[in-house]
Amino acid sequence: MPARTLRRGSNTVIALVVLAILLFPLYWMLNIALQPGESLASTSWFPTSPGWSNFERALDSQGGSLVTSLVVALGAVVVCLAMAAPAAYGLAQLGLRGGRSIVFGTLITQMVPGIVIANALYSAYVDLHLVNSLPGLILADASLGLPFSIVLLRAFMVSIPKEIVEAAMVDGANRFTAFVRIVLPISRNSLITAGLFTFLFAWSDFMFALTLNTTDDVKPITLSMYEYIGAHVSDWGAVMATAVVSAVPAAILLILAQKYVAAGITGGSVK
Amino acid sequence: MSTTTAVPAKSVAASPAVPGRRASRAALTRWLFVAPAVLYMLAFFGYPLVRNVVMSFQHYTPRTFFTGEAPFNGLDNWTAVFGNELFTESLWHTAVFTLGSLLGQFVLGLALAVFFSRRFRLSGFARAVLLLPWLIPMVVSSVVWRKLLDQDTGVLNTLLMNLHLTSEPVPWLSSPSVALLSAILVNIWVGIPFNMVILYGGLQEIPREMYEAASLDGAGPWRTFRSITLPQLRPVITVVLVLGFMSTIKILDLILALTGGGPADSTQTLGTATYQLSFQQLDFGQGAVVGNVLILISAVFAVFYLRANRSDFGQGK
Repeated sequence: MPARTLRRGSNTVIALVVLAILLFPLYWMLNIALQPGESLASTSWFPTSPGWSNFERALDSQGGSLVTSLVVALGAVVVCLAMAAPAAYGLAQLGLRGGRSIVFGTLITQMVPGIVIANALYSAYVDLHLVNSLPGLILADASLGLPFSIVLLRAFMVSIPKEIVEAAMVDGANRFTAFVRIVLPISRNSLITAGLFTFLFAWSDFMFALTLNTTDDVKPITLSMYEYIGAHVSDWGAVMATAVVSAVPAAILLILAQKYVAAGITGGSVK
Repeated sequence: MSTTTAVPAKSVAASPAVPGRRASRAALTRWLFVAPAVLYMLAFFGYPLVRNVVMSFQHYTPRTFFTGEAPFNGLDNWTAVFGNELFTESLWHTAVFTLGSLLGQFVLGLALAVFFSRRFRLSGFARAVLLLPWLIPMVVSSVVWRKLLDQDTGVLNTLLMNLHLTSEPVPWLSSPSVALLSAILVNIWVGIPFNMVILYGGLQEIPREMYEAASLDGAGPWRTFRSITLPQLRPVITVVLVLGFMSTIKILDLILALTGGGPADSTQTLGTATYQLSFQQLDFGQGAVVGNVLILISAVFAVFYLRANRSDFGQGK
């Protein structure tokens, strides 16, 4: 079947061309970041003599913000899962009265524009002294992943046989221990997916970072980058190096956790 | 350990027969699983919705946050916003931005989904890598594009000039008549992967026999696409478009980092207008008005979303 192999081969070529076009902006980001003397002349097409000085400058000025982003994103994952996992279990297995309305409400929350939340949250945060604080930003960022996580986890937990938990309870575990010892381990994959996406949502958050912080105390990388291009627009080398570093978590996830990413996109949005 | 476990074990054994206090206690335990998330969602989604409506009838000034005074001022905010050119322009820009983005994302996403449904080497790898633009923070993408689209030093203009497609550099972000188009292009780039993945998933669900039957009947590729692929894909298409709509209409990150709403307010949308009124002019009352308009538009489309979801459940697996 040479004709068929040929056609398959040409499909691969087309796919690579599509890839090259769509990923060109990211290649260009890396290319500029790796060329130390960028500001002198126009950028060359390939980083023929790569250097790390852009990254050194970027880490010097943005290193702290990277740590902030990491802390905020991890915190948001913990807060989000701590609420989403029991809630999803309750909605999937415990036959609560009004459970359907809660699921419905969870779906609805996904359409509330973030800027509207920020608009009202800001004055509440002022009263509660949560503006410019890490806990405040972590709490707000958890909202980015919570509805998604509940929907995703619930879709999985519906399929867990009730008998497993009941059996453990007959053996003397209370419902909460049974949940921790049995339901959580079975739901491991869904928990990882929900956690990964909540991490990405919080890591990418710009709006809450922008609106709930008025000083430099808490400055995640997205906000820091936004302010940096406002002030140093000529130092594109360092800006692009920062961009590369802040895109790293997404790239790592794509390589290490591809199956979870795919599961999250289809599971969380369609169902 | 033994004392705490004794009680629930007993209640499980007895629960079918004994209603009343024990049953209500069991119900309470069940509600404790859901309560934290429900309270949190009430605080972080419900409260802001209600508060925004109230705020839109209050007079906020920069001093409000020191004095705590925000007197009610009737419809003043609403008349001010509706009479403000920024609002009417933002509304128009939002419509153009949303329609343009959705159209581009969907058509290209569908084309790629159909293409990747053929089986060939590296197909899975290519699909995975294509997700990258969607997974990296939107602010980062915008900043990268800001450099690509730079009139004098951007690589896109270099490329176009070298290929003699244009004789002068295109003012992608610096001309009021081009900037909105540029923002749409960037957002299409961001949204293609999401559309592609969901539509690809939908395509895999279409039974192969239908295609075989069509080819036996002598239907060509275009006819097959129109008579089988599109109708079968309809529920998925609705979901993708509605979700795309709801994330596009409230756009903020991308525009702030790409153009900041400029030049000359040519890329202001409802999202950026809310931000500007509330957080830059510190008139949270007027910001709330624009926010409420945004919610109203989203609500209309949420109805479509829920309908689409229900039909999705209805076909049930």
